[in-house]
Amino acid sequence: MSSYESRSFRIFRWVVIAVVGVFTLIPLYTMLVSSLKPLGDVGSAQSFKWWPSHLTIKPYFDMWHTIPLATYFMNSIIVCTAATVFSVIIAIFAAYAVSRYEFAGKRFFTTTVLATQMFPGILFLLPLFLIFVSIHNSIGLQLYETRTGLIITYLTFVLPFSIWMLAGYLQGIPRELDEAARVDGASAMGALFRVVLPAARPGVIAVAVYAFMTSWGEILFASVMTSGNSETLAIGLQGYSTQLGVYWNQVMAASLVVSVPIVLGFLVLQRYLVAGLTSGAVK
Amino acid sequence: MRVTVGTATATTPDTDDVAANRRPPPKRRQIPWSWRKATPYLLLIPAVVLELLIHIVPMAIGVWISFIRLTQEYIQHWSSAPTAGFDNYRIALKFSGPVGKSLLHSFEVTCSYTVLVVAFSWGIGLVAAWVLQRPFLGRGPVRTLFLIPYALPIFAGVIIWNFMLQRDSGVVNQLLVNDLHLLNHKPFWLIGNNAFFSTAVVAIWRQWPFAFLMIMAGMQSIPNDVYEASAIDGAGSWSQFFRITLPMLRPVNTVLLLMLFLWTFNDFNTPFVLYSMSVPPSTDLMSIHIYTNSFQVWNFGYGSAMSVLMLLFLLLVTAIYLPIANRRSRHVVL
Repeated sequence: MSSYESRSFRIFRWVVIAVVGVFTLIPLYTMLVSSLKPLGDVGSAQSFKWWPSHLTIKPYFDMWHTIPLATYFMNSIIVCTAATVFSVIIAIFAAYAVSRYEFAGKRFFTTTVLATQMFPGILFLLPLFLIFVSIHNSIGLQLYETRTGLIITYLTFVLPFSIWMLAGYLQGIPRELDEAARVDGASAMGALFRVVLPAARPGVIAVAVYAFMTSWGEILFASVMTSGNSETLAIGLQGYSTQLGVYWNQVMAASLVVSVPIVLGFLVLQRYLVAGLTSGAVK
Repeated sequence: MRVTVGTATATTPDTDDVAANRRPPPKRRQIPWSWRKATPYLLLIPAVVLELLIHIVPMAIGVWISFIRLTQEYIQHWSSAPTAGFDNYRIALKFSGPVGKSLLHSFEVTCSYTVLVVAFSWGIGLVAAWVLQRPFLGRGPVRTLFLIPYALPIFAGVIIWNFMLQRDSGVVNQLLVNDLHLLNHKPFWLIGNNAFFSTAVVAIWRQWPFAFLMIMAGMQSIPNDVYEASAIDGAGSWSQFFRITLPMLRPVNTVLLLMLFLWTFNDFNTPFVLYSMSVPPSTDLMSIHIYTNSFQVWNFGYGSAMSVLMLLFLLLVTAIYLPIANRRSRHVVL
């Protein structure tokens, strides 16, 4: 294989890797090294030091007290986990219907659902907020400034793409599998859960990874729909900026801590996401 | 990750029907006819209800708000706000007036930003995927490193860049001025015209790994024997790229470029986190422009009218793009 590669191409390869690698690494290095600096090193008048004047892990302790980081962390975990679980379940049903049944309105459904992905979030930010206010006024269920409202919002946002990915995946699973199960007396649900889903596990994982990552990083709706105790990390982290200045070392420590689980999860599971993405786009 | 992509795979391929017709239909349990027909609809109920509640109805209300005078005084009883007809649109599109002028400016900024960010994200992703296409020592770790910016939560990535772009304490000026002496004095990166390029660089940093990921996946589906055959014919790495790899990536690129375009044009997160609420005019993207007009100026009528105009523009571009992109391929996207 590599024997096809010319010498010039190999040089080109390492030049590209070096340039892109530096571009990628500098922010990551900045985050890590700054999180290990004393506050005096990261003041607004200090020029950036490539290495701390002395290494300290104090920011990793202080960051929990400057803002209620643990609360934000819990909010993010609860919101994202719930949104992921529900969106996966609902997407499974919808994708199964789309991939296994012919029915009137199917094309309308798939087209509409995917078209919603094109809409600027800003267009339904205010209406959604007003709907939540109206629901509160009429039946007393408070959805704004609560985690419940955010969960419902996020799970709907990730739904169209989840359905699309999963339907593509189910398409690749032979129908003979569920038909055999049906012959053996299984119901439609039985065939779905006992035969189709186990075979579609990579697709389900892909959808879950996508849903969790998208919710974890969402900012626009969180900025309007949450406040105080219901804030997620995406909004809460701005609390490190105060009138007096920014605790940059704590910001970097907190950014690192909230990123590590998601980055590790992504790196472990990304091959499923790639398979899910390409099951539709590349075929 | 907000995306629009094809429904090609969401509908059953014809081949399945043909295969099903060829063999005798399998014996099924007797289920009442109506239940058999109702099953797909029952399966879709949760998805449809949520889509209606969170997407379709709010969008309809958003369109409706664009035709009323919804200002702060009416926000408590918003359904009783007076109608405005096309006034909100007229004011937004009157480019000689202050509102229309700033909207036009925001539109221009957004277009330049989109072109710049999409071109670089796609370009870097393509070249990086190309040099990592074949196995070599160190490929795994390099690939992992390249994916990290995409995996990082948006707010974390942008906050890091905010710190890096600080005039006095940032690593960018340290590198350019103090270490490499490329500039004589420290420029401000987060105000004035520089802010436009800073925002674009941050967005590119975040987004190119997604292009890289998609293109890598696309390259895996190119059969090896195509390369082997062309190598026997004497094609080198460079001509293989232009004669085989690029043409065969066409279906992936069609979807990918559309996704990148829509994300970038709708981008709100990058400027919002980078500048909090004081986004410089040079980087006043449309989402930010609408957000500011709605939630700071408290005129939701204008805000919604501008959102609708933005949506119409996106629909128009997509409607022109897809037939052209699909003309030479059999893949039907949307």
